[in-house]
Amino acid sequence: MKWSEFFVTGEPLIYAADVAIVLTMIGIVFVLTYFKKWKWLWNEWLTTVDHKKIGVMYIICAVLMLFRGGVDALLMRAQLTAPNMKFLDAQHYNEIFTTHGTIMILFMAMPFIIGLMNIVVPLQIGARDVAFPYLNALSFWLFFFGAMLFNISFVIGGSPDAGWTAYFPLASNEFSHGVGNNYYAIALQISGIGTLMTGINFLVTILKMRAPGMTLMRMPMFTWTILITSVLIVFAFPVLTVALALMTFDRLFDTQFFTMANGGMSMLWANLFWIWGHPEVYIVILPAFGIFSEVVSTFAQKRLFGYKAMVGSIVGIAFLSFIVWVHHFFTMGAGPAVNSVFSITTMAIAIPTGVKIFNWLFTLRKGKIRFTTAMLWSLAFIPNFVIGGVTGVMLAMAAADYQYHNSYFLIAHFHYVLIAGTVFACFAGLHYWYPKMFGHLLNERLGKWTFWLFMIGFNVCFFPMYFLGLMGMTRRMYTYSDGLGWTPLNVVATVGAVLMGLGFIVLCYNIYYSARYGERDMTGDPWNGRTLEWATASPPVHYNFPVVPIVDDLDAYWVMKKKQGGFEVKEEELKPIHMPSHSGRPFWMAVAFFVAGFGLVFKWFTLAIAGALFIVLGLVFRSFENDDGYYIGIDEIKRAERAARKGA
Amino acid sequence: MGEAAHRYDETMPLEYRTEEGRLNILGFWIFLGAEIALFATLFATYLVLFQRTGSGPTAQELFQVKDVLVETLLLLTSSFTCGLAVFEMRRGRLAGLLTWLLVTLLLGVGFITFEIREFIHYVHEGATMQTSAFLSSFFVLVGTHGAHVSLGIGWMVLIMIQLLQRGLTPKTARKVFIVSLYWHFLDVVWIFIFTLVYLLGMVV
Repeated sequence: MKWSEFFVTGEPLIYAADVAIVLTMIGIVFVLTYFKKWKWLWNEWLTTVDHKKIGVMYIICAVLMLFRGGVDALLMRAQLTAPNMKFLDAQHYNEIFTTHGTIMILFMAMPFIIGLMNIVVPLQIGARDVAFPYLNALSFWLFFFGAMLFNISFVIGGSPDAGWTAYFPLASNEFSHGVGNNYYAIALQISGIGTLMTGINFLVTILKMRAPGMTLMRMPMFTWTILITSVLIVFAFPVLTVALALMTFDRLFDTQFFTMANGGMSMLWANLFWIWGHPEVYIVILPAFGIFSEVVSTFAQKRLFGYKAMVGSIVGIAFLSFIVWVHHFFTMGAGPAVNSVFSITTMAIAIPTGVKIFNWLFTLRKGKIRFTTAMLWSLAFIPNFVIGGVTGVMLAMAAADYQYHNSYFLIAHFHYVLIAGTVFACFAGLHYWYPKMFGHLLNERLGKWTFWLFMIGFNVCFFPMYFLGLMGMTRRMYTYSDGLGWTPLNVVATVGAVLMGLGFIVLCYNIYYSARYGERDMTGDPWNGRTLEWATASPPVHYNFPVVPIVDDLDAYWVMKKKQGGFEVKEEELKPIHMPSHSGRPFWMAVAFFVAGFGLVFKWFTLAIAGALFIVLGLVFRSFENDDGYYIGIDEIKRAERAARKGA
Repeated sequence: MGEAAHRYDETMPLEYRTEEGRLNILGFWIFLGAEIALFATLFATYLVLFQRTGSGPTAQELFQVKDVLVETLLLLTSSFTCGLAVFEMRRGRLAGLLTWLLVTLLLGVGFITFEIREFIHYVHEGATMQTSAFLSSFFVLVGTHGAHVSLGIGWMVLIMIQLLQRGLTPKTARKVFIVSLYWHFLDVVWIFIFTLVYLLGMVV
C-alpha cells in the first residue's frame, strides 16, 4: 500500500484537520509534561475503576463527539444552503452524513447517557460502586478506543460512506471500495462489546446492590429506566455484534451473506441492523425519559405523578421496541400483511409514550415550579417531542410512508425525537447533576443562553425540513437544482443550525466559566433533591456513602429530610469500607483491541493477530489475578467525611 | 461493593458464599442471556439462507452424518462429566473435581478435532465459506459454536491450574461453577445446531 492511499489526500479540509490533530496532540503532550501531570493522568483517570470518574470520562468524550458530529452537520448545512453548491463533492458529502449519523448515535448519545448513568445510578440506589468496577473500566476504554478508531478514518484510509445504516449491497466490497466501511464494522464492534458489558453490569448492579429497603417499586425513575435500558442492551447488542461480524466476513473474507450473487440476501442486513437499531433508539430515549422524570419532579417540587404507570409504560415501550423494526423499510416490498402488522405495533408505541407525557404534565400541575436551566430543557422537551412523536405516527402508516420514506420529512421526524428527547435530556441531566460531578454549579445565566439559542435554533433548523420533505427533497442528496423551490427553507434551516452551534459554544464557555467562577456546592443538595445522590457530598467521596442508607419510601432522601432533617451519619456506626483496586489492564486491553481492529481494517492480519494475542494475554492475567481490593479504615473515613463536609 | 462484598454465608454452596460470588454468577447468567440472543441471530440468519445455495452444494449433498454423530456424542457426554465435576466440587473433593474436569476437557478437544476434520472435508469437496450464502452462514454459525468450545477449553485449563495452586476456595469454586454454566450452555446450543442444521439439512 502506498502512503498516498494510507493517508487521505486531496482535500484542503482534510489537510486542515491533519494539522489540527497534530497540533492538538502536541498541545496535550506539552501541557501534560509542562505541568507534570502524566502520573496524575495515569493514577487518577486512566486506571480508575470509580464509577463517577468513568462517568465523567464518558461525558467528556460525548461532548467532544458532539463537537465532531456537529461540525459534520454544519458542513452538510453549508453545502445545502443554496442550490448547486460546490463546497463539498458527492463523495465527501456521503462520508460526512455517514459519520454524522454514526457518531451522533453511537459515540455521542450513547456515552452521554452511559456517562450519566455511571455517575448517578450507584448513588441513587445507595451503592458504593457498580457490581463489576473492573469490567466497567474495560467498557469505557473499549468505547473510547472504538470511537478513536472510527474517528481516525477521515484522515487515515477514508471514512465510511454508505450511511449510518450501511445498507447492502451499497456497503459491500463491490460498491464501496476502500477501507471506510471496514472502519464502520470494526470500530462499532469494539465499542459495542463495551456497551454490552455495561448493560450486564448495570443490570446486576440495580438488581443486587440497592440499599436495604429500596424495593423495585421504591427505585428512582431514572434507575428504573436504566434497568430496562440494560435489558434492552443485553438483548439488542448481540444482534449488532452478529450483523457487524457478518459484514466483516463479507468485506474481509468474501463470504456471501449480503451479496448480489451466490444466494446472498442484502435485505437480511436491513433486518438485522434494525432488529438492533430500533431497540437502540429506545436505549437512548428511555434514560432520557428517566432524566426528565427526575428533573420535573425535583423542580415542580412534587412526587412524580403516576409512578406505577410510568414503570408500566417503560416496560411496555421496551417490549414494543423489539417488534417494530420493519417500519424502517416499509418500501422494501414485504407485502401488505407484514407492513400492516408492523404499522400497528409502531402506532401502539404512542400509547405508553402518551401515558408518560400526561404523567409529566400532571406532575407539573399545581407544582411550585422553579425555572432552572435543567427544568427549561425538560419543559421544552414536552411539546417538541410531541411534534416528533405525532409525525412518527404519520410515518408509521405504511401506505402513507411510501410518500414520506427517506424524505426530509423523516429527517425532521427523527431529529425531533432524538434531539428534543435525548439531547435535551443530556443537557438537562448535565446541568442537574453537574454539581454532583464537579462540586460546582453550571452558571444558570449562561445555561439559559445555551437553552434559548439551541432550542430556537433546533426548531428553526428542523421544522422547515418537514415541509422540504413534503416538497420532495430526499435525504442524502448532496445538492439540488435551482427552480425546485427548496432554497428559502434550506436557508432557514442553515440559520437554525448556526444558532444551535452558537448554543454549543456558549455551553463550552459555560463549562470553562463555571469551573473558574461558578458557585460552589457546599451542601451536596443544591436543588432540594429527592433521591439519594443528593445525600452525598458534592462531589461524593470515592466510597459514596460512609454508611449505607436505609430506605423506607420512594423519594428516599426527601423523606429523610422531612423525618430527620437529612442523611445522618453517626461516627460510631462507621465500619471499614471495602473498595476495588485500580487497574491499568482495561486501558491496555482496549489499546490491544484498537491495534487488532486497525489491523483488520487494512487486512494486515499479522498486526490483527498480534493485537488479539495481547487481548488473550490480558484475559489470562485477569484470571490469575488475586486482588481482592482494599479496605478504608474508620479513621480515614472520618477524615474524608470532615473534609468533604467542610463549610456545610 | 462495601461490607456486603464480604458477607459470608456458611449455609450456601461454596461458590455462592461471598457476595462477589453471587454477583458474578448472576452476571454470568445475564451474559448467557446475551449469548442466547447472539446465537438466535445466527440461527435466524442460517434459516433464512440455508436453501440459498447458489451454484454450490446443498445441505443434503454435503453433510457427513458419521462425523456429526461422533461430535454430538462427545459433546453431550462432556456436559455430563462437567456435571459430575461440579457434583464432586459440592462434596469438597478436589481430586474428583480435577479428574472430571480433565475428562470434560479431553472430550471437548475430541469434539473440536472431529469438527475441524469435518470442516476440512467440506473444504476439500470445494464447499468453502465463499461458495454460497448457505455455506457462509453454516460455517459462521457452527464455527462460532466451535470457537466458543475452544475458548472454553482454554478457560478450563486456566481454572484447573488455579485449582492446583490454590485449592478449593469460594473464588475457585465460583470459577468452576461459571465455566460449567458456560459448558452446559454450549451443549444446549449444539442440540439446536444438530437439529436445525444437520437433521433439517438431511430432510429438506
